[in-house]
Amino acid sequence: MTPQQISQIAFYFFAGLAVLGAILTVTVRNVVHSAIFLITSLLATAGIFLTLGAQFVFAVQIILYVGGIMVLFIFVIMLVNLDVALHQLQFNRQKWVALLLALALGSQLGFAVWFAREQGVLDIPSGRAGTLSPQNVEQFGQALFEKYALPFEIASVLLLVALIGAVVMTKKRA
Amino acid sequence: MVPIGHYLFLSLALFIIGVIGVVTRRNVIIILMSIELILNAVNINLVAFSRHWANIDGQLFSLFIITDAAAEAAVGLGIIIAFFKNRETLLADEMDLLKF
Amino acid sequence: MSVLLDFLKTYMWPLIFALVIVGVLPLLAGYVVLLERKVMADMQARLGPMRVGPHGLLQPIADALKLLIKEDIIPESADKLVFWFAPIISVTAAMLAYSALAIGPFFQIAELNIGLIFIVAVSSMGIFGIILGGWASNSHYSLLGAMRSTAQMISYETAAGLALVGGVLLAGSLSTRQIVQAQAESGVWFVFLAPIGFFLYLVASIAETNRAPFDLPEAESELVAGYMTEYSGFRWAVYFLAEYANMIVVASIATTLFLGGWMRPFSGTEWLNFLDFFPPFSFLVVAAYCFYRTPKQPEPIQSMVMALFGGLCLLLAAAMALPFVPAFAASKPGLHGAYWFLLKVTLYIYTFMWIRFTFPRFRFDQLMRLGWYFMIPLSIINVLGLGVYKVLRQLAWGVLPALIVTTGGTLLVAIWLVWNAQKKIAIPGSVSGMTEAEG
Repeated sequence: MTPQQISQIAFYFFAGLAVLGAILTVTVRNVVHSAIFLITSLLATAGIFLTLGAQFVFAVQIILYVGGIMVLFIFVIMLVNLDVALHQLQFNRQKWVALLLALALGSQLGFAVWFAREQGVLDIPSGRAGTLSPQNVEQFGQALFEKYALPFEIASVLLLVALIGAVVMTKKRA
Repeated sequence: MVPIGHYLFLSLALFIIGVIGVVTRRNVIIILMSIELILNAVNINLVAFSRHWANIDGQLFSLFIITDAAAEAAVGLGIIIAFFKNRETLLADEMDLLKF
Repeated sequence: MSVLLDFLKTYMWPLIFALVIVGVLPLLAGYVVLLERKVMADMQARLGPMRVGPHGLLQPIADALKLLIKEDIIPESADKLVFWFAPIISVTAAMLAYSALAIGPFFQIAELNIGLIFIVAVSSMGIFGIILGGWASNSHYSLLGAMRSTAQMISYETAAGLALVGGVLLAGSLSTRQIVQAQAESGVWFVFLAPIGFFLYLVASIAETNRAPFDLPEAESELVAGYMTEYSGFRWAVYFLAEYANMIVVASIATTLFLGGWMRPFSGTEWLNFLDFFPPFSFLVVAAYCFYRTPKQPEPIQSMVMALFGGLCLLLAAAMALPFVPAFAASKPGLHGAYWFLLKVTLYIYTFMWIRFTFPRFRFDQLMRLGWYFMIPLSIINVLGLGVYKVLRQLAWGVLPALIVTTGGTLLVAIWLVWNAQKKIAIPGSVSGMTEAEG
């Protein structure tokens, strides 16, 4: 079995796991279970990144998204844990209309993708493709600090602002 | 090689499930988690195209989206906690006053 | 069917190594527990386990058997699926980190070119085992203990990651094999080029693995409660195994990055080549001691087990002496490399234990203050300092002047941070925030 075949099988497995995790996230009653299924979906996405050869984004997804954001979510869920929330109505009053509209949006986008695929819009015109080196982290680092240095700095300012905002919001009013 | 259309359909499926979660659920924490699903779907799209066009920019942009999602989740959860301390509710239906 | 055989043949060595790690790591963790009890006893001027097997050598096996046959209690209102799953997450994360580590130049499951971030990423998954276990127990004390432990771990994970970044800066690569080769090329271990990074990683890894003096979440489980309260019998053994496996993983990362991996000390100098005889010599000494103590055991069965251990050490000494036979000279890097690596890991773990039995425990707010006000700023300055070191080396400064400048600068910042913390800018109302005027 070539690595290519393993990559393909791995993609379909992770894709199925991601969709299953996502469906269970939005339907389960217990919020902590919902968070666990979201973690599964995010891990499956990290696996998909790995099959695409994006090794650095795979590691960053696990460290930041799963190991950071989801831990934050689980902390907050346990802080505001309401036993009564388990017995309340889970879906709001407009659920059927909302579902219908979301599916309409989905079918529109799906038709657009399918049509683009049929028309060959998704194929790369010759000579326009770039190069992805197998040294993913090195190429990533070079692009990040040479070409995208300004977005990098802006992202760090954004994180600083979010940090200050989160601290200010949860401080006790003196 | 998995064709690019499969990645796009996967990304679409996750996106729509996230949208359904946002517009259908009452619990604000689950709404926030569905927003994370949407951002995740966009990431898959970006990285798939990065490989399709053999350009590193897609992966770079998805890194910025992950950073952005972290900042947004932190601030959003801070708002939820602050609101919860006042009103003791987590349901989006009951968060209907601008000032109290 | 032939596809399966084909798959097995291509990935034969990685599968064998994976089976060895999954099989041996629990046994190894059990013996690290025994080592800890013996070291604790030694530092407290007593003997430790002596009865179960000669000198307590069969104690881990007895403990494992006891935990296996204990009754499996699940609290009634606990969430059964998550309760069952949480220890498994912990131990899987700990063992998965081993797939990227190289124990010798030959013994490695997968040569990943993102090896180090992969290990950091997988170790950060272990946090979920703790917090989900604490929540699934459905008890206030478990939840609070789990949340404290998780808060401590994520705080020190940032500092540990940044300390590792320092080492990666010096090595120029994330792959574990290339890091050790970079140390071989530069002639010195990175602990001498980045001493502050090593110190930061030492402290952060003690906090990561919930060891003393940062073991308030764990010690609570001895005194009052903690995330392991409702777990008994084999489930508790799995959590315990995860903790000690985590300790071994963290020691392996530090060895690879800072202590030269599988290289012999002074592998460059010729006249110290007699150190090559140290591996078989050390096993011969241990075997000689085993055989010396054999007749002095109180029971005949203990004498037999002692003689068995002596025989085992002789076998290992023979294995280590194998590369000196000219026909098998090619196995020298593999065998001796594994020996030096495991020796360094053992010394690092001994340092953990030494620190545990010497210092008193940190209070939780002191712990968090140390993490956020001292460790993270210092680790960022450390990365800055190592970047300056690399630039100075590129400008053709010598190693020693560049080292003095950067390490000195970082040390000055560290001293300033500690002095700053002494001024007690603290949360109003907390005990440690009261100055002498108020308190």
